[in-house]
Amino acid sequence: MRQVSSEVFEPTIVAYCCYYCGLTAADLAGAMRLEYPANVRVVEVPCSGKIDPRVILGAFEGGADGVYVVGCLEGDCYFIEGNTRAAKRVTRLKALLDQIGVGGERLAMYNVYCSMGPKFAAIAREMTERIRALGPSPLRRGAAAAAGGGGGDGSAGTGEGSAQS
Amino acid sequence: MIVADQKPLEEIYAYLEGTRRVLIVGCRECVTVCQAGGEKEVGLLAAALRLKRQAGGEEPLETVEDCVQRQCDAEYVEPLKEAAAGVDLVISMACGVGVQYLAQYLTDTWVVPALNTRFGGGSVEQGVWEERCGFCGDCQLDRTGGICPVARCSKSLFNGPCGGSYDGKCEVDESIDCGWQLIFDRLKALDRLALLAEIQPAKDWRTSRDGGPRRVVREDLRI
Amino acid sequence: MSQSPEPKAPAAKAQVKSGSHLERMFAAGHFAVTGEVGPPKSCSSKSIREHSAAMRDSVDGINLTDNQTAIVRLSSIAAAVHVMAEGCEPIIQMTCRDRNRIAIQSDLLGAYSLGVRNVLCLSGDHQCFGNHPQAKNVYDLDSIQLIRAVRDLRDENLFVSGEKCRFNPKFYIGAAANPFADPFEFRALRLAKKVAAGADFIQTQAVYDVERFAEWLRLTGDMGLHPRVKIMAGLVPAKSAKALRYVSTVPGMRVPDDMIRRMEAAEDQEAEGIKICVETIQQVRELPGVAGVHIMAIAWEKVVPEIVSLAGLLPRPKLESAGGGNAAAGA
Repeated sequence: MRQVSSEVFEPTIVAYCCYYCGLTAADLAGAMRLEYPANVRVVEVPCSGKIDPRVILGAFEGGADGVYVVGCLEGDCYFIEGNTRAAKRVTRLKALLDQIGVGGERLAMYNVYCSMGPKFAAIAREMTERIRALGPSPLRRGAAAAAGGGGGDGSAGTGEGSAQS
Repeated sequence: MIVADQKPLEEIYAYLEGTRRVLIVGCRECVTVCQAGGEKEVGLLAAALRLKRQAGGEEPLETVEDCVQRQCDAEYVEPLKEAAAGVDLVISMACGVGVQYLAQYLTDTWVVPALNTRFGGGSVEQGVWEERCGFCGDCQLDRTGGICPVARCSKSLFNGPCGGSYDGKCEVDESIDCGWQLIFDRLKALDRLALLAEIQPAKDWRTSRDGGPRRVVREDLRI
Repeated sequence: MSQSPEPKAPAAKAQVKSGSHLERMFAAGHFAVTGEVGPPKSCSSKSIREHSAAMRDSVDGINLTDNQTAIVRLSSIAAAVHVMAEGCEPIIQMTCRDRNRIAIQSDLLGAYSLGVRNVLCLSGDHQCFGNHPQAKNVYDLDSIQLIRAVRDLRDENLFVSGEKCRFNPKFYIGAAANPFADPFEFRALRLAKKVAAGADFIQTQAVYDVERFAEWLRLTGDMGLHPRVKIMAGLVPAKSAKALRYVSTVPGMRVPDDMIRRMEAAEDQEAEGIKICVETIQQVRELPGVAGVHIMAIAWEKVVPEIVSLAGLLPRPKLESAGGGNAAAGA
């Protein structure tokens, strides 16, 4: 858990970006020296359609307060239907996150074109602020409550077998 | 194949009361194909249950995951005994048959179902499965062009459609094709409408579930 | 050599299978009229008796629906007893949805013992339409197998199991037909099957589109069915343009547009609805193969005598009774 100061909550956010549009846009944002919050950790995936719900849940379990997926623009997926599949999976996962008690609003999907550096930065800022407003993930609060303030493996269950193929 | 889908998470979560360690077992056959209880779904359910416990500030849940070739054969189920010994609960992600096998062989552990077993059917398109077989035990598909009136007619009629067949759809729901329209179309296309003129007599339902739990024996295969 | 003359069999008597009033009306060559009463969702027989009494002199028989649209109502057979108490002839309806062959045959024996002589055999609306959609449905037999079962009891003296029945019920057997449903090509064949299974008379779904009805009659006539079965055209008088418009949206029902327009333009829509019904009766009477009409005045039973009168069908012909009066009571 990264914290700049003890008063302001600094969310931990993971962004799964597709190699073609997402990552290129991220790189462009960097090349353009655009600032976006360091809260966002970018993870490359070959296509947003490769996203496995287990990976996203794993991110939340590992301490993320928010997660988003970045894929190509609708109709422009390098693998034709990947971003469509990703969108449907994200929708389903949001509902599951509601049922789990983490909250589907902590997960989002965005579509960008590879040249949209500024958009990429804007998304990062938007998500960071959204999650900041929501506060830390209930998982962290829950783990703390269960651990009763003490140490120990509050967050047990490291997801055996959840490695995706 | 047997088509099933997952119970709502709330219902599965309710099984966990008082447990600390659970074994979740999937099956690599039917429920993998209909993406309800395969390895992926096991991982997802395990994570979801752990996280729900955690988000609720409750006792942490430890999950053990496994997936066997199929749960309807003792040889694949018996090896689970060891893992089952160390848990408070076993959640089966197989169809109702699998759940019962686990319950039978994992004698000392409580076994619960994560799925609702729906029907015998197949894929229509990706993500859509439909019922096809009525499991009546006395297959008469030769008389209806390969379309089952027991399963595909909402009333299991045997002598043609009822008055509720409109535009090829069943009165029960417009998403359901009228089974008899399908039969009619097929027989007409293959020039066998004469089959429809024959009156099918009352069915002997003894070979169906109505006759009691069923059994098939092959003496030549018994050792 | 002498040859004793063959005794002349009284023709009408030889053909009469059940002795029901409806059957004898057809046998005597009369254009028959039947009405319908839907039993209440309660155990009170009051409405049944009132409607029966009101219709008594206008119809030759009264249908009692059997948990219509899968809504729990006072049973058809019990309702028939109340109808008979009012001096009218009941036509019980029996569906396949709620009973297996055991209950069906049991009910047939019981109904006959109470004096019922006419039974309309139906598949039955699926339970999803009713007030108990959670119920298990039965459909042990379908309507055609049911017709055959009733026929076998009457003519072969046999239960479905093949056993003999000591005192067998002899019903006049009816079935339903929908000339407006799909697949249209199959409708004539389905009627043929019902006739082959043993149907003596048919009551059709409500006729608004006389042309389409005539087309179905042509198809069934071509199959040689008209002499073998008595077809009664179904009629449902519309109380308002709104009601008629609603009917036109029900799948399988066919209502001509100009009929709806005519209702909408009418000052007194009820009167217009009655007029349309009467005209339809007059039109179908002219069509070959039509042996009668079945008037289903849902929630408007009191209008039946007026319609029958305006259609020129009153007074209902009296028959030399086998048992006295209109009622075919007593076993």
